[in-house]
Amino acid sequence: MANAAFRGTPKQERELRKFIKKHKDQPGAMMPVLQEAQGIYGYLPREVQEIIAEEMGVPLSQVFGVATFYSQFTLTPKGEHTVSVCLGTACYVKGADKILAALEERLGIKAGECTEDGFFSIESCRCLGACGLAPVMTIDGEVYGKCTPESAVKIIDSYYEEV
Amino acid sequence: MKKMINLKINDIPVTVPEGTSILQAAKAANIEIPSLCYLKDINCIGACRVCVVEIKGRRGLTAACTYPVEEGLEVMTNTAAVRASRKTTIELILSTHRKKCLSCVRGNHCELQKLAYDYGIDEDHFKGEEPAYEIDDATPYVVRDNNKCIQCLRCVSACNNVQTVGAIGQIRRGYDVRVGSPFDQSLATTSCVGCGQCIVACPVGALYEKSNIDDVWDAIADPQKKVVFFTAPSIAATLGECFDMPPGTHVERQMVQAIRMLGDVEVFNMNVTADLTILEEANELISRITSKKLDKAPLPMFTSCCPGWIKFMEHNYPSMLPHLSTCKSPQGMFGAILKSYYCQKNHIDPKDLFVVSVIPCTAKKFEVTRPELSQQGIPDVDVALTTRELSRMIKGAGIVFKDLQGEDFDDPFGIASGAGKIFGATGGVKREDRLHGCPGNPGHQGSHLPYQRRGSRRLCRQRPRQCPQGHRHDPERREELSLHRDHGMSRRLHQRRRPARSE
Repeated sequence: MANAAFRGTPKQERELRKFIKKHKDQPGAMMPVLQEAQGIYGYLPREVQEIIAEEMGVPLSQVFGVATFYSQFTLTPKGEHTVSVCLGTACYVKGADKILAALEERLGIKAGECTEDGFFSIESCRCLGACGLAPVMTIDGEVYGKCTPESAVKIIDSYYEEV
Repeated sequence: MKKMINLKINDIPVTVPEGTSILQAAKAANIEIPSLCYLKDINCIGACRVCVVEIKGRRGLTAACTYPVEEGLEVMTNTAAVRASRKTTIELILSTHRKKCLSCVRGNHCELQKLAYDYGIDEDHFKGEEPAYEIDDATPYVVRDNNKCIQCLRCVSACNNVQTVGAIGQIRRGYDVRVGSPFDQSLATTSCVGCGQCIVACPVGALYEKSNIDDVWDAIADPQKKVVFFTAPSIAATLGECFDMPPGTHVERQMVQAIRMLGDVEVFNMNVTADLTILEEANELISRITSKKLDKAPLPMFTSCCPGWIKFMEHNYPSMLPHLSTCKSPQGMFGAILKSYYCQKNHIDPKDLFVVSVIPCTAKKFEVTRPELSQQGIPDVDVALTTRELSRMIKGAGIVFKDLQGEDFDDPFGIASGAGKIFGATGGVKREDRLHGCPGNPGHQGSHLPYQRRGSRRLCRQRPRQCPQGHRHDPERREELSLHRDHGMSRRLHQRRRPARSE
């Protein structure tokens, strides 16, 4: 899996530990703690889960079990820019799967992953309500309609050119 | 006293204490409700749905293992609906179970196989997706085959709630859900202590000890190798069960003869090094009590016989490691003696001596691979076999175990005090340490060990006026000593730790 290295700061760690200390004696504290941790770091890498296990006094297997059960939690980092490709019915019949495949090939990652430089992450989503523009993808919420695999790759490249 | 509840199970009136589950109450009516995920006091989660029953006036079926009895309840455990539901459940479980029953180590003891037989199941009724999990055999002691796992979570409960290790848990979601370690690691890189309680809890063949049987057969067949066995005290009490004898049958002499029949091997008694352990540990305990350097050799002192316990401390309480006795375990001591003293006496190159220990626990398999227990790359003990493995070797050699007359252990490591027999009980090692440390204690008439300890001062654990021999006392240390009870664990922790057993 192409994952960027963990880049947590001591400040983030202090913030997380403080939050856990405050809440760990409440019943069912695991969920809010994981939510807070994802809020601080953007995702839940091993390093963060280890801090949670240590502070809460529970085995790592338990933290990992909860983090992998709920789909809202992600163990892979989000990139600076998030590309969402709609795989809803209308977009799908217009070839959205080919767009996703082209983007995956261009960036060298699979849907749900993040590029090594932490610049882009790709995810697939269901209907965005813009079926008239199918196939649709969004980058950081900005909608790009009537895409083709070629135009989608061009849009991605334009983000790199801006840097 | 608990309130008593009256109910009817299959029209049989039953009276049980409040809080009892229907499954437990049914036993009072001589009815065995089948179950897979239920393990008394350890795992009551109502997950497998095999124990479903019908309750009069209640819609649908109810899991009997989690439903507490109520006054006037009328339960039916054997209606057409119940039987059909159980059958479908078992067929669904079997649809994604890798059915390698012919070679499965669980063999005739598989709970799933028994249910399939009892309910007349067609194992191919549902064609499920074939699971394709990698088999985790990276540890030297346990193999985990998730392709056979039925998600009953008994192993997870045993690991988390009984052993408080927490090396495994239920991970991921939906069809991907499985029992595993965090980040899908092998057990070898987790805090697993190798206690093997997950194997005891598993109803199928998803968890089993890593077999070393072939290594032993190879060594026996190798003309260059001299093979010696030594057996732990408990094996003589447990081996008989593998040959359909009542649990606890004492088969020490038959066991020795059977091992000798496996090939040109010598058989020794691990009770010898259990005695050595008592000598060593009692001396260490006394030297710690009399020492003024409590920071280097603190009290209480924990025994170091159990490799699972040592690994548990290394992972979870590293700061308490100085409390561990510095002695090797009886297995470690025996290996060291055989590869040094025994080899010198018999002019054998330690490389050509193949030492097999027969032990009750999978953690001992891990222990023999520890680098501390080897000399110049030669392990002190080459292979540790469990009771089950030894029984399989005996069966594989075609030996009719129950008809054996019995033989004695080989010299010179065949004679022991027998004190090692109580090592298997909680507090057993420490009790022997204490008895040896102070022969004036109750229950001890003179030294029952065939050795004499000289020179060191003796301290008595008894209250000054109660010690008949008038041994020396140190009143300041008495409080610390009292911690020795329950292995020095807090009472709460100690009471939570109980052996997993199948009901």
